Amino acid sequence: MDCSLVRTLVHRYCAGEENWVDSRTIYVGHREPPPGTEAYIPQRYPDNRIVSSKYTFWNFVPKNLFEQFRRIANFYFLIIFLVQLIIDTPTSPVTSGLPLFFVITVTAIKQGYEDWLRHKADNAMNQCPVHFIQHGKLVRKQSRKLRVGDIVMVKENETFPCDLIFLSSSREDGTCHVTTASLDGESSHKTHYAVQDTKGFHTEEDIGQLHATIECEQPQPDLYKFAGRINVYSDLNDPMVRPLGSENLLLRGATLKNTEKIFGVAIYTGMETKMALNYQSKSQKRSAVEKSMNVFLIVYLCILISKALINTVLKYVWQSETFRDEPWYNQKTESERQRNLFLRAFTDFLAFMVLFNYIIPVSMYVTVEMQKFLGSYFITWDEDMFDEDTGEGPLVNTSDLNEELGQVEYVFTDKTGTLTENNMEFKECCIGGHVYVPHAVCNGQVLPDATGIDMIDSSPGVSSRESEELFFRALCLCHTVQVKDDDNVDGPRVSLDSGKSCVYISSSPDEVALVEGMQRLGFTYLRLKDSYMEILNRDNDIERFELLEILSFDSVRRRMSVIVKSAAGEIYLFCKGADSSVFPRVIEGKVEQVRSRVEHNAVEGLRTLCIAYKRLIPEEYEGICKLLQAAKVALQDREKKLAEAYEQIEKDLILLGATAVEDRLQEKAADTIEALQKAGIKVWVLTGDKMETAAATCYACKLFRRSTQLLELTTKKIEEQSLHDVLFELSKTVLRGSGSLTRDTFSGLSADLQDYGLIIDGAALSLIMKPREDGSSANYRELFLEVCRNCSAVLCCRMAPLQKAQIVKLIKLSKEHPITLAIGDGANDVSMILEAHVGVGIIGKEGRQAARNSDYAIPKFKHLKKMLLVHGHFYYIRISELVQYFFYKNVCFVLPQFLFQFFCGFSQQTLYDTAYLTLYNISFTSLPILLYSLMEQHVSMDALRRDPALYRDIAKNALLRWRAFIYWTFLGVFDALVFFFGAYFMFENTTVTNNGQIFGNWTFGMLVFTAMVFTVTLKLALDTHYWTWINHFVIWGSLLFYVVFSLLWGGIIWPFLNYQRMYYVFIQMLSSGPAWLAVVLLVTVSLLPDVLKKVLCRQLWPTATERVQNPQPSDAWCGPRPQDVAFTFWKNEEDAAPPPSLGPAQDCHSCSPRHSFPGSSLETPV
Amino acid sequence: AAPRLAQRGRGGGRPGAAAMTWSATARGAHQPDNTAFTQQRLPAWQPLLSASIALPLFFCAGLAFIGLGLGLYYSSNGIKELEYDYTGDAGTGNCSLCAAAGQGRAPPPSCSCAWYFSLAELFQGPVYLYYELTNFYQNNRRYGVSRDDRQLSGVRFALFHPANECAPYQRSAGGLPIAPCGAIANSLFNDSFSLWHQRQPGGPYVEVPLDRTGIAWWTDYHVKFRNPPLVNGSLALAFRGTVPPPNWHRPVYELSRDPNNTGFINQDFVVWMRTAALPTFRKLYARIRQGNYSAGLPRGAYRVNITYNYPVRAFGGHKLLIFSSISWMGGKNPFLGIAYLVVGSLCILTGFVMLVVYIRYQDQDDDDDDD
Repeated sequence: MDCSLVRTLVHRYCAGEENWVDSRTIYVGHREPPPGTEAYIPQRYPDNRIVSSKYTFWNFVPKNLFEQFRRIANFYFLIIFLVQLIIDTPTSPVTSGLPLFFVITVTAIKQGYEDWLRHKADNAMNQCPVHFIQHGKLVRKQSRKLRVGDIVMVKENETFPCDLIFLSSSREDGTCHVTTASLDGESSHKTHYAVQDTKGFHTEEDIGQLHATIECEQPQPDLYKFAGRINVYSDLNDPMVRPLGSENLLLRGATLKNTEKIFGVAIYTGMETKMALNYQSKSQKRSAVEKSMNVFLIVYLCILISKALINTVLKYVWQSETFRDEPWYNQKTESERQRNLFLRAFTDFLAFMVLFNYIIPVSMYVTVEMQKFLGSYFITWDEDMFDEDTGEGPLVNTSDLNEELGQVEYVFTDKTGTLTENNMEFKECCIGGHVYVPHAVCNGQVLPDATGIDMIDSSPGVSSRESEELFFRALCLCHTVQVKDDDNVDGPRVSLDSGKSCVYISSSPDEVALVEGMQRLGFTYLRLKDSYMEILNRDNDIERFELLEILSFDSVRRRMSVIVKSAAGEIYLFCKGADSSVFPRVIEGKVEQVRSRVEHNAVEGLRTLCIAYKRLIPEEYEGICKLLQAAKVALQDREKKLAEAYEQIEKDLILLGATAVEDRLQEKAADTIEALQKAGIKVWVLTGDKMETAAATCYACKLFRRSTQLLELTTKKIEEQSLHDVLFELSKTVLRGSGSLTRDTFSGLSADLQDYGLIIDGAALSLIMKPREDGSSANYRELFLEVCRNCSAVLCCRMAPLQKAQIVKLIKLSKEHPITLAIGDGANDVSMILEAHVGVGIIGKEGRQAARNSDYAIPKFKHLKKMLLVHGHFYYIRISELVQYFFYKNVCFVLPQFLFQFFCGFSQQTLYDTAYLTLYNISFTSLPILLYSLMEQHVSMDALRRDPALYRDIAKNALLRWRAFIYWTFLGVFDALVFFFGAYFMFENTTVTNNGQIFGNWTFGMLVFTAMVFTVTLKLALDTHYWTWINHFVIWGSLLFYVVFSLLWGGIIWPFLNYQRMYYVFIQMLSSGPAWLAVVLLVTVSLLPDVLKKVLCRQLWPTATERVQNPQPSDAWCGPRPQDVAFTFWKNEEDAAPPPSLGPAQDCHSCSPRHSFPGSSLETPV
Repeated sequence: AAPRLAQRGRGGGRPGAAAMTWSATARGAHQPDNTAFTQQRLPAWQPLLSASIALPLFFCAGLAFIGLGLGLYYSSNGIKELEYDYTGDAGTGNCSLCAAAGQGRAPPPSCSCAWYFSLAELFQGPVYLYYELTNFYQNNRRYGVSRDDRQLSGVRFALFHPANECAPYQRSAGGLPIAPCGAIANSLFNDSFSLWHQRQPGGPYVEVPLDRTGIAWWTDYHVKFRNPPLVNGSLALAFRGTVPPPNWHRPVYELSRDPNNTGFINQDFVVWMRTAALPTFRKLYARIRQGNYSAGLPRGAYRVNITYNYPVRAFGGHKLLIFSSISWMGGKNPFLGIAYLVVGSLCILTGFVMLVVYIRYQDQDDDDDDD
């Protein structure tokens, strides 16, 4: 869907040449065309087999392995493994082979299982029976045997087995209803039309006699686009040529509704169906954390290589004396002596690489993946984000971006359906200056409401009465609303007016609101039957209008029209559209009054539409018909031609009036926006709506406040001054306002500073984005960005979907590379959702396209608050700790081995036994960090929600910056030095047992390892702020496991091992008192600096988060205890301002709880 | 209509699921389970590492460490050590002759020398005799793997088929398997010592009995190292078909006359086979605990007769002989005590620093508050 949409949009807006699509010719029912017609080269089409599976039984192993080793990390581990296999290395291949094998197997099993499910589903799909017509008889076959050109019969509630051209229906009028819920999520019924010339073929025999060919374009993924033509041959006449459009096309995956059965001919089958073409995996988005992880990885790779290099060089320097290279007690074999020096050096280098390769652990990738996958369930499980009304909960489409939710700096939000309910209610209409408000009390009565507008004449005369009725009729006719004629079909909107319950369905909620509004004003649209629209007028008479043409709505024209013929034979064109697209085409009517009313309504935040009409004389209509027909039959550029035709037809209109529809704000939208702004997130509203409406919504949802100074960058202003001047003026204003203060810190938060809101419209934006002749476009962009950065809120109105994506891209690629989040609910938001770092879809009324293309989908806009401020924050601190901790613990792990090389003659002797090398990352230290990264809550959820400013503490990847990274690395280095030299001095020249016996090198390694496992685990315990029983279980459990494992591993002579070097080593070590004391000492010393740093930082430079952490225990459970004194101290401290000399504390000060609590009282919805 | 709508929502949560699994990856939206776990509201202990907790912790830990440190320091100080470098550098006693004689010859000729020392007072026992080698890389990787644990555990097949790691000490030039194979075994320390005590000046030297058992780990001696099954009750026959390592003067079954201390379970051999961690290392040679010497070495003059075989000068090493007493914490090692003292004082020091910081900024904050 994503790609096709973008492609369509590109075609539509970038005015690029449409690529020539080769056409295909299909013989309906495989009947050859009569001789004499052009000979076509027969084409080969795929069968109707759907293959969504990636692998087959045979290629699973090689293909899956190939795919897995394409990941750079896996490939690295494979190389290490191979090096271990090939050359003589210090560690056995098992140490890296086993984890790699584990990872690869688990992934393969997971992918294999998923693929097996896909195979199963594919088989079910491919084998489900389909009804064919063969020689006039009904035959059942498996779906996969369907071929292009087969005639298929589909019954009600069946899904279409492939893309079909709709030939005939059991309905008289040759229509059928279809839901495409599984394609684009729109559950509303859509009407499709059978080909005019074939709709008479109702029975199997008839349809078997059909002799026709279809020419159409080659398959393309756009669901809503289709062009083709059908030639129907009858025995007597020349072939009839008919255009085919998307209204004749029934798509695979859609379901037939309300129609007994239909016949269709297969034109696209199998993987060529539009549904299959739309199945494309989304481009992979990578989070900022992942990027910094990769940077750290490269750093460690450099460290690794330099370590190996240093050791290799030192080895050969050290060995330059033969008695060291080959002392008498350690002779080499003849073959070893004869090896080439450089080859030896290279092998040694590789061996050192292997020895230190654990610094980049396989398990980190596994743990990160697991953390993301499992962690994302917390979003879907979250009760607060479950919407009772719709029964929808949040969806996580990708778990790769969880932590990115904690890093968002810009939120781009759609307006309609996202900030607002997209629950339209007809408010009023204005007919030639008179305002009509439907009122519940006076049902069916027209109440001219005089307030707020000058009426031209207060007593509606005959002419105005006439135009009034024409207006109502226009609204009743000019739409694509369908009437639901049975109850059990679900519709997005149930009429509130239960008296004459008619359920209207439309893809646009505005239309439904209008038709319902008309109903309340006395004109009820009944149905469309045999291309006659029936209206029940105020006198309860049924009026019938013949529907001649529909000039359907599109977002470029921003209007739609119908051409109808009244019972009296008059032909009308009714046009309904946005004011900006209707007013220029109006030549008559009370334009000024209507315009002022429209503007008034727009300021109120109502959605306005203007209605105009013109009467057509039959000759004119004939011309129009021809024009349209020509455009419709065109195989190429049909859309362009249609647009041109529409342009010609919709002109010289007479203005009837305008309507106003209210779209209510979503619940807590204002609260959410305010919270986001407090969190330092800039909120931009991107909407296709007009400026006044959008601005009103922005005021309503507190994006703009009264104090906000609005800056306009609109077409109107640019008409007055040049773009250049306007931009410079704006930037001057903005820069003067922000002055010398750091704007990032203060924008949007402090009240005493003037904050700016920018309004820009689509046209102005395209001017800015358009590269100028002299190529200096960058200047405008920079200037524009500069202005934007200084504004607390930006409103972009009149945006085309692609422009939304452009804006997102512009910000995304600006020099600070901020993390962007786009949120929207409709198909028009898909492009920006795909463009932004994080795309969030609202599971809304306009179908599920946005939700399906998004990374996360939520039911309501208000859920964004919890998702970013709570979940995002948690995910971020969890994953950043995970990444840092993993590198830290592996520095601890590998550095002692490096140091040991200086004491073992650079001989690549390992310090630890193979089992410990293998299991360190897999089992001794893996679970605590995994569970930490799933459970940790450094601050309570309520605190995070109460105080959005805490979000600033982690902004800009704060926990993974170089400073933090270096701190962790140095901590690791320090700990490693402590372990190694602690053990070294312990073992130097003495015995440590009370029986005088001596320990060997494995006990030495064991001591280092034991101290390390305990330190590393306890370090995590120190970092854990949220000790659930699970944390206790895994932290103490994994230490216990280590001890038990060591007892077992050393306690038995393992028959399958050819060496027994660990036999009783651990137990002997435990029998030595000094070893215990040494472990305690080493662990304490290793943890000391970190504890010191934590305590001092908390005391001297507390972050906002730490300030929030503090008072909590004093309230919660430490109140009446003896420590009370200490905690009162704390409370004082917390209320106090930090010492003025401390720079970093400055900005924390402004967001300390004390200062933001008064602000948060504003959060209660007004 | 609400339940119906909810129903639809559920169905809509997985669009296309009925048609294809393509969108089955989107996890279904369903009414979430309201458990403490899924809502991330499990009851939890939320400790904070604040100054008020850390300060007492630091002081307590500091005091405890200093206490322990003092104990360790004094108990290490109570341990006596007497060591003598008998490598035989020129002009360092009579072993220099042996060293010079053995220069460059491998295996060097047997040579004897002696070390005389006298004790003014009782050397508190039990006394352990160690030898120390320096610059000897027992932890070299190539050296460390050059052994066959299967052979050493008495597996007959392995006896005749030593592991490849043993090369170049896997098979003799004649192709016979070497038992025990490998570089470690080949380089077995073969100096021997005997201790003589002269009670009165001018009196006769009495040999002090050296207990050469119990110097290896109990498990090594009893479990890990096993002789191959006897053939006709003879260990020598069991080893028939093998040759001793090239540096050895006698076959492995003649290492000692004691049948429980010969072959692979010879304790000297077992001790040697436990490779040391660092290039300077000690190994236990004997315990002195018999007869009159169980309480220690009484005052008097002593002579250690050294059979000087082991060449160390080739790799720049030294050989030392050490008498050491043992306490509960092992041999003399002041490191642990000093380390504990230093860390303990550091704890207290940082505790004070933190206290100062704590109080200072407390005051300052209060002042700021008053402003």
